[in-house]
Amino acid sequence: MKMFEITSKRKLNDNITWMVIYAPLVARKAKPGQFIILRTDEYGERIPLTMAGHNEKDGTIDLIYATVGRTTMLMDQLEEGDCFADIVGPLGKATHMEGLKKVCVVGGGTGNALAYPIASGMHRNGISVDMITGFKSKDLVFLEDEFRAETTNLYVVTDDGSYGEKAFTTDKLKELIENGNTYDEIVAVGPPIMMKLVCQIAAEYNIPSVASLTAYMIDGTGMCGGCRARIGGEDKFVCVDGPEFDGSLVDWDELIHRNSFYREQEAEDRAHVCRLTGGVRYHD
Amino acid sequence: MINLTREKNPMPEQRPDVRNKNFLEVSTGYTEADAVREAMRCLNCRKKPCMTGCPVMVKIPDFIAQVAKGEFEEAYKIISETSSLPAVCGRVCPQENQCEGKCVHGKKGEPVGIGRLERFVADWHAANYGDEEIKPAESNGHKVAVVGSGPAGLACAGDLINKGYDVTVYESLHKIGGVLVYGIPQFRLPKEIVAAEVAKLEAKGVKFVTNAIIGQSLTVDELIEEEGYESVFIGTGAGLPTFMNIPGENLLGVCSANEYLTRINLMKAYLPEYDTPIQKAKKVAVVGGGNVAMDAARCAKRMGAEDVYIIYRRSAEEIPARAEEIHHAVEEGIEFKYLTNPVKVVGDENAYVTGIECVKMELGEPDASGRRKPVVIEGSNFVLDVDCVIMAIGTRLNRLILETTENLQANERGGIGTDSSAATNRPEIFAGGDAVTGAATVIKAMGAGKTAAAGIDSFLRP
Repeated sequence: MKMFEITSKRKLNDNITWMVIYAPLVARKAKPGQFIILRTDEYGERIPLTMAGHNEKDGTIDLIYATVGRTTMLMDQLEEGDCFADIVGPLGKATHMEGLKKVCVVGGGTGNALAYPIASGMHRNGISVDMITGFKSKDLVFLEDEFRAETTNLYVVTDDGSYGEKAFTTDKLKELIENGNTYDEIVAVGPPIMMKLVCQIAAEYNIPSVASLTAYMIDGTGMCGGCRARIGGEDKFVCVDGPEFDGSLVDWDELIHRNSFYREQEAEDRAHVCRLTGGVRYHD
Repeated sequence: MINLTREKNPMPEQRPDVRNKNFLEVSTGYTEADAVREAMRCLNCRKKPCMTGCPVMVKIPDFIAQVAKGEFEEAYKIISETSSLPAVCGRVCPQENQCEGKCVHGKKGEPVGIGRLERFVADWHAANYGDEEIKPAESNGHKVAVVGSGPAGLACAGDLINKGYDVTVYESLHKIGGVLVYGIPQFRLPKEIVAAEVAKLEAKGVKFVTNAIIGQSLTVDELIEEEGYESVFIGTGAGLPTFMNIPGENLLGVCSANEYLTRINLMKAYLPEYDTPIQKAKKVAVVGGGNVAMDAARCAKRMGAEDVYIIYRRSAEEIPARAEEIHHAVEEGIEFKYLTNPVKVVGDENAYVTGIECVKMELGEPDASGRRKPVVIEGSNFVLDVDCVIMAIGTRLNRLILETTENLQANERGGIGTDSSAATNRPEIFAGGDAVTGAATVIKAMGAGKTAAAGIDSFLRP
């Protein structure tokens, strides 16, 4: 096996891909909630991705990603047997599980990919997990079987009602709480605006909340400071202090702004991938 | 024959208005004739004060005497006895505070251009003997790990491999070189030079492992207990960037110098074929007065900014950057705002930076550092229009190694605690460079790496 070789790749839907990659130094230490930073090739960016799982024996890690930007478009071009230039990790702190008996994990859209290792990791540790997995519509639903196998109760909701229950994740969460479910913690993973609302609901019912944040970062060890986020009036680095934080303390509006900083350049880059190269590098 | 000229032979350089638009090296280096002429200025004093200013005690008058005779390869051999990275040090050492600061010529004129000569000798060797085959040293059978591939780690690895150790260097980034590749810009230290030095170490037998974060992927204790290293050197560098803790620091367009420089130097944002995003700023304020601030300001200019300001709270007297960097920055059109301190970053409704509000300062009584303390002039607030603010005000130490290594003690600054031989409280673990001292210089880190290599040698082969 070559270092950082893709040992398996499968599409979960048009936009979501599951990859298994040989990265033994990462796999031997990986824990739920932690992430890696990868580079596709010499010209690529370093991007962070939360691990969906790992296999210490085989020395592999699992990544589930949504094709949203230039790097993930380049990843789509890599096939089984191809290698990444670099993968480093595990980075960040692992999901906190100590003392928890019953939790509700709320995943929205592509965030469900990141919710999966948290929910399944908690479930394997004997925690009762209610999982709310929300999507815009039926064709975007993924990981349903995996979630069903590795959570206590699964609630699939879609915005348009084309699959599962017609509801937003926030409505479903309120309903579960109103119906008498008591949770030690609510975990939110998804678009920042959804996480903000989920954490607000948690606060209304005096339930602790945890949110898994994503941010721009380069090294992942605290050296660049690009991933700083305001948490309870203090600056924290998502890479080393996170990626999970007390959801009631996060300055969501600032986070949403900061995550949009390079959006214009990224849109430009995406256009280049499509029109010029179809994702394949021609100058290697 | 001695050359009695009071000034150094000038260094050939790209014109300021040309070089501030490219990333090619600023100084193009002495010719052989320049070097010989400069070497002839050395008085070869009996007391050799220059050597006492050098953290690695390069035999300066000896190598300069060889340069004066035109024996450049002999000169290289003399430097190599004590320095592992002469092509690097000749370019980035603060010579005015070290060797050249002690040169007797400096009393009545300019000191001998020791840095320029060191660089010349290293470059001459690379051009003429660079392809020479390097024989790996004979193994002594002991296995040592070096954590971090910056100047401290490379110097330590270089000395250990020469003594016959089996050396493996672990690096968290994807490239070897630490601050030499992510921090110091191409126009001051071409990355090809770092790569050549690394290739030399590799040819001698040093093994390099990239993408390995010690403290996460593997701990120091695992290196010792599971991977079989008999000793470990920790040279992990300075760590986390500091911010000022003023309002508006998280607005879009504020970043640390670490981030800005890493995007440009390591991630090559200045080359179109790389994907790395970077802000295309028009007016940039860099806060701080060290070499890192100068590097960030000069990069910003090269990235196309029209106006670039250095904001420094003390005066030109106290500014800590190398004299040559300040001189080059001024030539390239960087505007220095001395005795000025930011109080707030100002932004628009979409959270983008539009300016930086500052106050004027005056110097009061000397403070703990011996420098006159800057005091705010009340009511002197003004706003400088900028769309980008780069914070270059130092770093705080990364706690990862201390937190993940059994019973490893910190020093009073929060760095890894060491004695004068770079030994920690754990006899098999050594440390040096910025991870111990906080932000300092390349040559001091190299000096610490070499001290540690000697310490490791006497620990493993007493």
